[in-house]
This record gives sequence, C-alpha cells and structure tokens, in this order.
Amino acid sequence: MIDVNREGEVWVFAEQEDGKLGDVPLELLGKARELAGTLSVAVGAVLLGDGVADLGGELIAHGADKVYLVQDPLLGHYQATSYCHVLCELIGQYRPQVCLYGATPLGRDLAPTVASRMKCGLTADCTDLQIGDHEIPSSGEVHRNLMFQIRPAFGGNIIATIVNFDRWPQMATVREGVMPLTDADPSRTGEVVECGVELGGLTLPLKVLDSHRRPKRVNLKAARIIVAGGAGVGSRENFKLVWDLAGCLGAAVGGSRAAVDLGFVEHDHQVGQTGTTVRPALYIACGISGAVQHRAGMEESAKILAINTDPAAPIFSVAHYGIVGDLNDVIPKLIKAVRHGASVAEAAG
Amino acid sequence: MAINCVVCIKQVPDTKRITGEAMKEDGTVNRAALPAIFNPEDMNALEAALEVRDRCGGTVSVVTMGPPAACEALREALFRGADRAVLVSDRRAAASDTLATSYILSCAVRKLEGDLVFCGRQAIDGDTAQVGPQLAEKLGLPLVTYVEELMDVADGSIRVRRNVGNGWEVVECSLPALLTVMETANTPRPQAARRIMKYKKARAPMEVAKAAAEALPDAGDDEKAAEADKRLAALAERGLTIDQWSLDDIEADLGWCGRDGSPTKVHRIQSVVLAGGEYHEYPPTDEGVAELIGALIEDHTIG
Repeated sequence: MIDVNREGEVWVFAEQEDGKLGDVPLELLGKARELAGTLSVAVGAVLLGDGVADLGGELIAHGADKVYLVQDPLLGHYQATSYCHVLCELIGQYRPQVCLYGATPLGRDLAPTVASRMKCGLTADCTDLQIGDHEIPSSGEVHRNLMFQIRPAFGGNIIATIVNFDRWPQMATVREGVMPLTDADPSRTGEVVECGVELGGLTLPLKVLDSHRRPKRVNLKAARIIVAGGAGVGSRENFKLVWDLAGCLGAAVGGSRAAVDLGFVEHDHQVGQTGTTVRPALYIACGISGAVQHRAGMEESAKILAINTDPAAPIFSVAHYGIVGDLNDVIPKLIKAVRHGASVAEAAG
Repeated sequence: MAINCVVCIKQVPDTKRITGEAMKEDGTVNRAALPAIFNPEDMNALEAALEVRDRCGGTVSVVTMGPPAACEALREALFRGADRAVLVSDRRAAASDTLATSYILSCAVRKLEGDLVFCGRQAIDGDTAQVGPQLAEKLGLPLVTYVEELMDVADGSIRVRRNVGNGWEVVECSLPALLTVMETANTPRPQAARRIMKYKKARAPMEVAKAAAEALPDAGDDEKAAEADKRLAALAERGLTIDQWSLDDIEADLGWCGRDGSPTKVHRIQSVVLAGGEYHEYPPTDEGVAELIGALIEDHTIG
C-alpha cells in the first residue's frame, strides 16, 4: 500500500484489446475528471500494451491529463502476472490516490490481483463514486476527502457506501455504462509519459492456445427506445411479443437477468447491473418485476413504461407510465395503437 | 498421477430473502439471523474438483472460513464427495473484507498443500469476485478466472476454457494453480445417499463441545469437556471429524485479519428507498392504451 497522498492523481486503467479502447475507460475518465476536480489533482490514464501509443490522444480527449504508457511485447496480451507487476511499479512510483478499473472480465481479474499485491482496498461494481468525509465512530477521528465507493449489496436490498482511509490507493471497479460516456474534446491537451518498467525476468504462467471473440449482436446503449421482457413473459416463444412491439417502434430488444437465465433471450440483450446500463428516451418493461439490480441498469431512462399484472411490483416505483395488466393482452393493444398512431400521422402528412 | 484439490467454499445468506433488518448498526451483516445456503458457484467449484479426482485420482479437501454454522456447508460438500472438510473459525476473523479473508484462507490453504485450488467465481452476498484472485496472489499461484470447461488435466498442467465476456479463450497453465469457476461450467452431482448416511454425523470440535454441554446441563466444565473429548474420539475413529482451525492454528498474523486487516470499511448503509416521480397509470383497455400512445407520440418520445 502507499501512504495517504493528498497530491495523488486519480487514475483510470485504460483497458484495451487488440489496440482498441473499450467504452469503459472513456466513461471512467469522465468520472475521474469530476473526482479530480473536487480533489484539485490531475487525472492519469494507465495504458499497457504493445504498439498502442496512438491511443493516448483518445484518452486525453476524454479527460486524461497524463497518459502513463508502458509498452512491451510481454504486455501484448493481458495476463495478471505481467499487468499486475507493471501497475504495482507505477503505483509505487507515482502514488495515485485513486485507481479506477472497468468491472470487465479483465478488470475483475486484474484489480483484485493488484489490490492483493499492494495490500490496499478495492470495492467492486460501484454504481457511484463521490468525495466525502468519514468519521470513525469509536474515536471521532475524521478522514476528509475520501472516495465514497457506493454499491448495492445483499441482493440489492441495501446501498452500501464503502471507504478506505488508510490503505491507499483507493481502488474501485465500475461496470460498463454506469458512468455516462461523454463526447471527446479534441481541444484538450495532455502529456504522454513513456514509462520504462523492467519486465525481463518475468515468466508468464498462462499460455493462450486459442480464442474467439464474438461481436456484440445488439447495441443497447445506442438504442433510443428499448422494449424489454422479464420472467413474466413466460417463454422464449412468447418473447415474440416483445420482438414484435420493438419492431413496430424501431426499438432494440432487452431482457431482465431472469429472462436471460430462463433462456428467453440471449445475454447480449440483458439490461441491469450485470448486463448493460442503458439510458434510452423510452424504456418499456414487460413482465419485469423491477429488482434493484435491474432498476440500476435502466432507471435513468428518460421515460419508463411498465406493464405488469402485479400493482405492487417495484418497477412501478421508477415508471412514469404504468399499465397493470397482462402483457399478453396489453402488448397486442400497444402494437395496434402504435400502428394506428403511425397511420394517423401519415394521413395528417 | 494423482492431483490433490482444495476447494474454498462459503456459506452465504440467501440473498433472495433478505431485508434491511439483517444488518447491524455498524454496517456488517447479522448472519445468525438469516437462512443460509451453500454459495451456488462454490458448488460448481466443488464439482470441478470432483471431476479432476474422477479423471486423475487424488483427494478433494474443502475449506471454509466462517462461524460453526458453516459446518452445514462442509457436510454438504462431504455428501457430494469431498474427502476432507476444514472449518477455519475464529471470532477475530469477523468483519473481514476480501483482503483479510483471502489472507486467512491463504494461511489455511497453504497447510492443505493442494496442487489445484478451486474457488467459485463469486459469492452471492458480497458479489465482489475478489477473494479467488486475491487468494491466488497471496499463494503465488497462476490465476485463471471465469473457467467454463476443464478440457485437459495432464501431468503437471491443466488446459481450460474461460469466458472472457464477449467470447472465450483456451488457456494452459502448469500446476499448482488457482481456478475460479462459473455456474455455467458444470452441473453439480447430487448428494450420494450412502455418503449422507455416513457424513451426516460429521462434526467439528466446537459443535461437539456445544452438544456435550447441552447433554449435561448440570455438570461442571471439566465433566462437559471430558464428554466432548469422548464424543470426538468416537467420531475420529469413524473418520467423521471436521477439522477446525483457529487463526493461531494457521499461524495467521492477526494484524491482517478481521476489521484491522480490512482496508475497506463501511461508511454507511441505506435501505433502498423506492422513489416515486411523476406517474400516470392507464387502464389495460384499448382506450387506455391508445391514450398512452397518443401522449408518447405527442411529446415526440415515439416518432
């Protein structure tokens, strides 16, 4: 661990694959700017790989003041051993006060390994990060300007705020889409710092023999309207209703975790804390009860319409419009009304 | 060549049935008040270890850090085929976060000397997926997370397929190693009737001591202890002992355990409050639906 360092920067691990940055580091840079602004420190992006120097510009445009670049053939493909070694060296040298990682499969492999090596604190799957003060109940000692690591816990029934006041850096992982992706600002300037970290003696224990990446079938984050189905839809066959309503609205199809687990729809369509976080103009939730983990993934939608037979379903508490009824009855009525509305609009010309 | 496996398991509150009343004021969980289950992905981890034993021979030991009630989970592991069960229990381990937990487990796992360590990907209470990777780092073991298939277990090395989110990877590494296993990796075998018959009587020393004291409510402490020893000896003779280790037994440095060993602390717990905003309900009739769609078209939500 490093000692508390009030001048420490706010860092974001810039996850890249095959020379391309994912959305998560860019989303995190936006949040990092906010945190760093409150703390009056700079934002650093940590970029590891081989032949990835040209990604520095994109990181600076999204908010990094500095890009700490470490390149080496041994970093060409991610492995915990090599990446952890480099990160710990950089953290030891530059002593950031915060390190943020995407809660991606890579991030969830790397961040705990680094936290264990550094013996510092790490909170997973944060849904919000704020700066605040923490008082120790027994002694009254106050620690100021800590990063509040906020996340749902225990089946989503509570929101926990976690702090780490003495075993720095304060580290957290955040899932994709939780922080909004802001536009790049090409006028932003920053510095790329090429760091030489000695990797010669390292043996990489894992050998990747084969791999297969599947491009995502659906881009939920870009969809203006999403029609999502839950366990209440009842079957994969019946999910056709959801697809049909989405079709007549030009909408993307989403699903709750329950619907995905039950095989009604593929994982790419999953909305929620362990799926995708979305902010469409309209989110139509059909037969979705609205557990906290699902709400976390869609409650910032501009308009939410909920259809459920249970008037007490939690989804209604975040909905702007509600229909208490059977989706098998209501969806066909919605489709009819949409088509009628479309033809009326056409006639009006 | 035999491969000895160690599986880290956890008994967790059934998080589908929790209310805010289960939390204590300091932000930690009042585990005694909740129905407890075997963490689902740890069951998949155990199954993976049993598959390795099926293929290569060797032993499967399960270890858990928890209160005496966690013996229920250990017994369940014995019912499904584990050879040995170890409870690490100590009041000074309470309120451990993932760093302290992985430290304590590393001390215990080191004593068990396995070739392959299995962990479930994550527990359904903390949902962090941090203990597996942190345990690997502390043990100095290669880490393979999100394992979905054990493809090959050969002399001193293992080949697995792992889920990388948007696809998969086939990875090879030498033993010893630590794997975290996903629920999609396998279907856990059922409890074996004969093993239930045998191991339902397996007990840890703390459980035996409690039962002996309850059986002799008016006896002095010495007499209760003697009764406990007698019962333990009888269990040991039949191979029904659940090993029980304190933090001293595993030579853990107390400074890295419990609250003192946990860098992350709870600042605040809030119950989830369902905030209402503007809300309009429409009846599930043709007229009601048409009115709703009309409103959405009018404010340009629907094109």
